[in-house]
Amino acid sequence: MAEIVIRDLRKEFGSFTAVQGSSFTVKDGEFFMLLGPSGCGKTTTLRMIAGLELPTSGQIFINGEEVSQKPASQRDIAFVFQMFALYPHLNVRRNISYPLVSQGMPRAEVRAKVAEVARILGIGDILDKPVGGLSGGDRQRVALGRAIVRKPAAFMMDEPLGALDAEFREHMADELRALHDRMGATTVYVTHDQLEAMQMGDKIVVMNHGVVEQFGRPQDIYDHPATLFVADFIGSPSMNVLRFEDGFAPGARVVTLGGARIATPEVHEGGAGRKLALGVRPEHVILTGSGALQGRVEAVEYLGTTQIVTLSSPYGVLKARTPSSQSIRTGETVGMDFTASTLTIFDATTGRALRTAANAGVHHG
Amino acid sequence: MSAASVTEPSARAKGIAGFLVLLYTVITLIPLLWIIATGFKTGPDSISYPPKVVFSPSLEGYVNLFTDRTRATPEQLSAMQPPTNFVDAIVQRRGEVITQPSKFGARFLNSVIIGFGSTFLSVFLGTLAAYAFSRFRVPLKDDLLFFILSTRMMPPIAVAIPIFLMFRNLGLSDTHLGMILLYTGVNISLAVWLLKGFIDEIPREYEEAALIDGYTRFQAFRKVVLPQAATGIASTAIFCLIFAWNEYAFAFLLTSGTAQTAPPFIPTIFGVGGKDWPAVAAGATLFLLPVMIFTILLRKHLLRGITFGAVRK
Repeated sequence: MAEIVIRDLRKEFGSFTAVQGSSFTVKDGEFFMLLGPSGCGKTTTLRMIAGLELPTSGQIFINGEEVSQKPASQRDIAFVFQMFALYPHLNVRRNISYPLVSQGMPRAEVRAKVAEVARILGIGDILDKPVGGLSGGDRQRVALGRAIVRKPAAFMMDEPLGALDAEFREHMADELRALHDRMGATTVYVTHDQLEAMQMGDKIVVMNHGVVEQFGRPQDIYDHPATLFVADFIGSPSMNVLRFEDGFAPGARVVTLGGARIATPEVHEGGAGRKLALGVRPEHVILTGSGALQGRVEAVEYLGTTQIVTLSSPYGVLKARTPSSQSIRTGETVGMDFTASTLTIFDATTGRALRTAANAGVHHG
Repeated sequence: MSAASVTEPSARAKGIAGFLVLLYTVITLIPLLWIIATGFKTGPDSISYPPKVVFSPSLEGYVNLFTDRTRATPEQLSAMQPPTNFVDAIVQRRGEVITQPSKFGARFLNSVIIGFGSTFLSVFLGTLAAYAFSRFRVPLKDDLLFFILSTRMMPPIAVAIPIFLMFRNLGLSDTHLGMILLYTGVNISLAVWLLKGFIDEIPREYEEAALIDGYTRFQAFRKVVLPQAATGIASTAIFCLIFAWNEYAFAFLLTSGTAQTAPPFIPTIFGVGGKDWPAVAAGATLFLLPVMIFTILLRKHLLRGITFGAVRK
């Protein structure tokens, strides 16, 4: 059980800055996702929390104790590696008991704990097998077993499902989440897969180029991206971005794209003198006969209950997600309306979202 | 008839390959077998012409190898008792008496001490250095590694004279310690480079898992890295031992007595009158054994070791 607080955490490798000034809090018992493209610093951040890298500056508090310069063995955390890192020269039982043996626990107690973990994970029948011949899923379970057997304050997981095939990944994701719900231990989980992050996480930190872009609940991050990067990274297809300029005043509820007037949440900042971008999720594009904007249908992708319509407009290419029942033909011109409350306006130069009534509570990086 | 397979060689190709391997084996083994056979010949048999392939074996060479003898005087001959063991029998038959045991045993022991001592030291230091180079951010790492490798680029014997002088001034000439240090110095570059390759191949995650599981860096190294690096350590040890065991030039130059190894000693084995080929061959045969046994014991590792990294696991 632990709360993890990260304050101004920074890591440099020579002249390369891997993580620059991250701050966020992982509450006790949370399933916390560190999400971002490869090279964004998420794994480095995780490794710093675990004690496998020492930060260049900044603080890490685990249960209120500053641990940033302590060795990994003194932090009472467990780590699950992407490639599992099971000790290849030991069998399953000895792999799982390894962390207990290091504490000098009596043999009988070790046996009992390993048996308990094996029961939780359903791996009792493979305890005496060498780890070499195990399937990916069993290796994953053994790696989890080694992590949970010690009942650590927190779990660190570095893309633990990355090495599994797609079909099995889904299953393990459910199993992991169920395990977390049962144990209630704080978990920090690194992934580059936004679906995995949305599906499993209580909270998500989105990182890019060593910077925390946004921090919050999956719904907030999806509905109210704090930056253009998050808007693009989260969601499939990603958020449509329409570049425009409009000198609206703070308090405006309507923006104009050329001649079209588009209702938005109340904007708390002015638009004058800025290059702007309007963000709208594909499912919030409504195709009607008489929309504010006109677009030509370029392609229609059928996905079962919904379809993805690709439209060209004066503001670039848009994708709309509409019910499959709506009949749309390639080549026709349609009108588009947007659901006002869901729109986000970005400063196209800095990439930051303008403050509106809708995203007021969103935590920026 | 089935179509020719791309991956599976035909029976004929296998036959030819097998024949070539056999031929090569025979060609390489003949000198070895000849030496071993000569060790069991008598003096006249060993130099007979045409050479004798079939002969009645004798332990004369081995007896001569381990003893110093002199021709018996008439008084000794007359006082001689009937032989009680095979050694006396062989010596008496030739009218000789044993004056003392030869130095071969001591020289052989020197080879064992110096060969295995320097191998242990090379592998021990090499493993630690290779681990550090592989895992830590060592300042000037690439330069240091090149510097270590560069000591290998020059034939060691090129610096024989400076080393000779150095050893003389340091009092290391003809000492076990001196020879162990010298062979370690020559072998360590090879050991560091070989072992670094092996340790680089061991995923860091294994140690990191151990660090998180509550072990110190050194415990993680000992309990997780070393077992994984066993293959590399074994093959490195074989290479180091073969060099130190067979080394002749430095041993010839720097040792003469207490620390003399077998290679410079064996050619000095002469019989009473004429070269004693069976004794020389017997010495060479015994000299072959330790490296052979060591290599056979570690052959599984060696085979995996020299092809290591060639194939992705």
